[in-house]
Amino acid sequence: MALLTMLAVVTVAIIGQRSLFAVVILASIYSFLMASVLVVLDAVDVAMTEASVGAGISTVLLLAALHLVNTVEMRPTRPRLPPLVVSAAAGLAIIWGTLVLPAFGTAEAPIHRHVVPRYVERSLEETNVPNLVSSILADYRGYDTLGETTVIFTAGIGVLLLLRGIRRRGGGADRAS
Amino acid sequence: MSLDLILRVGTKLILPFILLFSLYVQFHGDYGPGGGFQAGVIAAGMVILVSITFGLAAARQVAPQAMVERMIPLGLLIYAGTGAAGLLFGRNYLDYSSFAPDPAHGHELGILLVELGVLITVSGTMVSLFYAFVERGR
Repeated sequence: MALLTMLAVVTVAIIGQRSLFAVVILASIYSFLMASVLVVLDAVDVAMTEASVGAGISTVLLLAALHLVNTVEMRPTRPRLPPLVVSAAAGLAIIWGTLVLPAFGTAEAPIHRHVVPRYVERSLEETNVPNLVSSILADYRGYDTLGETTVIFTAGIGVLLLLRGIRRRGGGADRAS
Repeated sequence: MSLDLILRVGTKLILPFILLFSLYVQFHGDYGPGGGFQAGVIAAGMVILVSITFGLAAARQVAPQAMVERMIPLGLLIYAGTGAAGLLFGRNYLDYSSFAPDPAHGHELGILLVELGVLITVSGTMVSLFYAFVERGR
């Protein structure tokens, strides 16, 4: 509960900020709090990813991006009411959606009754890997992880081309072709 | 670059442990939390720390730009190649059963190779992106 309260405080602080530098740092704090929440929920693998990617790499990359652009957000030029109404409606829709979810942590939830029992029972004898998360990610769900790796590859190449290509045209030298 | 002495010495002290922790997360991922993705990000974090403390030139000595850029497709090829190796053994794509006499050991080996591919692609991508951003800022 204390963690969730701190998450809410950080969120409100982010909304009130105009300085993008402060927003990036607050977002990093948010990620660390989120990682702590995930540790409390026993999702250590996800917590590790959240701490390293959310709080680590993305903070560094966002700061690097801020170095390239202006660091203060402009004052809004349009009226603020319509966006507020849209966000409030979306938030209410999400809360309404959570009402029909199964109770938190129950073993009877559909997600725990489909293929998961089979993984839990047979994973160790079939793959010799005690960490269920690893065996599901890299073996049972190998195609999904292959797709995710392809996404990282594609995104990385795309951003590299965007950042490099513009600079090279400005410099006049075209090494690529 | 004349930065704080404590920062530079402290960074030097902590660097090997970051890399070691990354390898631990990678190779102990079968037994504890972690895997290729987390390990790749931690290893990239080490290079970024070198770059922030000692400058871009020092980081390029640790991880040359040509190398990290080749790592992006290399990791994906290792992953896809592990899948194709399953085909060569007469199994389905990404079925590791035939990599070892005991199917369970084959799966263990396959998971290790696949996680290695993820590690290489992720760390290569992260460091390349960081280099690209820093270059643009000059």
